[in-house]
Amino acid sequence: METKSIMIVGVGGQGSLLASRILGNVLLQQGFAVKVSEVHGMSQRGGSVVTYVKYGDAVYSPVVEKGEADVIISFELLEAARWASCLKKGGKIVTSTQTLDPMPVITGAAAYPEEIVEKLTAMGIDVTAVDALTLAEQAGSAKASNVVLMGVVSKKMEFDESIWQEALNQCVPPKFIEMNRKAFALGREAM
Amino acid sequence: MKKLMLGNEAFARGLYEAGCRFASSYPGTPSTEITEEIAKFEEVYAEWAPNEKVALESALGACFAGARAFAAMKHVGLNVAADPLYTASYTGVNGGLVIAVADDPGMHSSQNEQDSRHHAIASKVPMLEPSDSQECKDFAMLGYEISEQFDTPVLVRTSTRVAHSQSAVEQLPRSEKELKAYEKNPSKYVMMPAFAKGRHIVVEERTKKLIAYAETTPINRIEDNGAEIGVITCGAAYQYAKEALGDTANYLKLGMTNPLPEKLFLDFAAKCKTLYVIEELDGILETHIKNLGISCKGKEIFGCIGELNQVMIAEKLLGKTPEASAYPEQLPIRPPVMCAGCPHRGVFYNLAKHKIRVSGDIGCYTLGAAQPLCAMDWTICMGSSISCLHGFNKVRGEESQDKSVAVIGDSTFMHTGLNSLVNVAYNASNSTVIILDNSITGMTGHQQNPTTGKNLKGDPAAAVDLESLCRAIGIRRVRVADPYKLAEMEQAILEELAADEPSVIISRRPCALLKHVKHNPPLRVDAESCKSCKMCLKLGCPAISMKNGKASIDHTQCVGCGICEELCKFGAIVK
Repeated sequence: METKSIMIVGVGGQGSLLASRILGNVLLQQGFAVKVSEVHGMSQRGGSVVTYVKYGDAVYSPVVEKGEADVIISFELLEAARWASCLKKGGKIVTSTQTLDPMPVITGAAAYPEEIVEKLTAMGIDVTAVDALTLAEQAGSAKASNVVLMGVVSKKMEFDESIWQEALNQCVPPKFIEMNRKAFALGREAM
Repeated sequence: MKKLMLGNEAFARGLYEAGCRFASSYPGTPSTEITEEIAKFEEVYAEWAPNEKVALESALGACFAGARAFAAMKHVGLNVAADPLYTASYTGVNGGLVIAVADDPGMHSSQNEQDSRHHAIASKVPMLEPSDSQECKDFAMLGYEISEQFDTPVLVRTSTRVAHSQSAVEQLPRSEKELKAYEKNPSKYVMMPAFAKGRHIVVEERTKKLIAYAETTPINRIEDNGAEIGVITCGAAYQYAKEALGDTANYLKLGMTNPLPEKLFLDFAAKCKTLYVIEELDGILETHIKNLGISCKGKEIFGCIGELNQVMIAEKLLGKTPEASAYPEQLPIRPPVMCAGCPHRGVFYNLAKHKIRVSGDIGCYTLGAAQPLCAMDWTICMGSSISCLHGFNKVRGEESQDKSVAVIGDSTFMHTGLNSLVNVAYNASNSTVIILDNSITGMTGHQQNPTTGKNLKGDPAAAVDLESLCRAIGIRRVRVADPYKLAEMEQAILEELAADEPSVIISRRPCALLKHVKHNPPLRVDAESCKSCKMCLKLGCPAISMKNGKASIDHTQCVGCGICEELCKFGAIVK
């Protein structure tokens, strides 16, 4: 099988590490060779962050570059736009509709772009936009947006739901498992 | 089943399985998780040292005592530990000694892009370079074999994409190693000139034996695909080259990058029509290969700046351009910022307000340099804020000392700021130092340090009393202020700048991201009271922005620190 590439993008602190670990766990359970490349350190402090998940028969490079991604999972609208050029022709974006102003917008040096979903769609991209923040708050915490999006993505991949549940069990601390199961279920229902 | 592991976690697993008994490190991205992971094994003693020099010396002592020992650091940390490294090369080891050094091509979280292979060459210490998580484990284990066989410390170099990528790793049981006997042996361990002269001869002979080892070790391997193109590579660059070129090239993949073989290169070059050297950062392999009289191309194509990747290699060597379409308009950048509720903000707001010159240091607070606060004049390396300010004030005197401060975090102060403060007191510069005490090592992801009262394993530990320490050094003016109280911090800064002697302000408030820190409910803006003056935006808080002409607070980010509430003259920010 040809190597598939997924990017998880968002703002530092939104929980992309957990999302990438859940996804990596699911893919490993399916018997794929998997590489997950994370970002730690300075850019985690509210900067633009990207995590790469690649799987197939053999995976060499852990990173995804321009024109290589099959799917982009985005926690924030502007970040979906920023990384769109990494998509392959026919690639998909699953994005939260949450917006977070970056510092140049806060200071007034730039404006937050408008109609992002429409413009991405006009580029020929298959975009799924979900209000993951509201669903996460329904589940019990704004921080669970990442797991809501995993629920959405799980509907778009062919793997059995039980594999995802097992991955949640392995990646989420027991204290938070109930809330995250709920967030995951809300994400699935939104599809 | 194999387990997905970060390179760093796999590295720790390798140390564990090889019977490592002692680990001492200072945190530094991207090396930090190796030591955090090894601390989870009961069989291994693991600690955070105040800096990398202390860590390496402690590991050296542990290996003299007969244990397999370990120290980890980032690339710039090896500069701090270079002093013991270069002489440990002479003494060699008793139990094995492995040192992890993590480079950061692309500078994801570093102040420079140095290539630590130079240290391996200069210190004459062998260096291994894994290219994925399984190799991180395997090479950590092999490091001990080489260390004990050749009587030398061994460096294992990773980079961000190896350290922070997960791939599958096979786990095996630990092989317990008894302590080796320690025998007093001054001619090996006491490095005074008479003995060191003898040891230098030993080092040169060892290097010859290591070169012979490098010719035949299976970690320097040829993948012969019968192709005309030959690629010599190591580390993450091997993975990029494999993905870009697949079976259309032959590969010489080096797992050991110091010392380098000779015959192996000549044999490989003879198989290939065109030879490329694909390595990140400096052209170290390339220079060696060219010195052997082999014709090859490398840095003239790829340069020595930043990371490589598969698309770049395919573009440069195969002329393939990626098919991609860009978003139709320019997008605002999103640089990292101080978090909502960051205690450093109250300090930097005041420094910016009074246009104070700031000698910066390494930590989250380096972000004080960014828009809109822009409150930093220079930042060099760990601990340099205080010493740079001292030199600046000595030369510029009164013109500078009343309007310049040094800022340094609690962990960075204990790392190497302490010596600099001794210099301020001893050589009497009228300098004002602000210790940003957020009770944790923040940027690297919350590690304990000598001021926090806990050790690496989370157990209670002696806590340095910063106030007493500064006084003991000879600083008479030492005061504590709360950065969540803007006026209190402002008064402290202005009074200490005006004072006619050295002073220290300890800005004390724990990092808002610490799990034990209780947050207040988020604040909100009363739109009717808001006069749209944008004063609150001057704080550079990511939770505050303008929405429909009025200030607005994002409730998902706000932790209720209250400094915007204090700043708003119209009482528009409310609980």
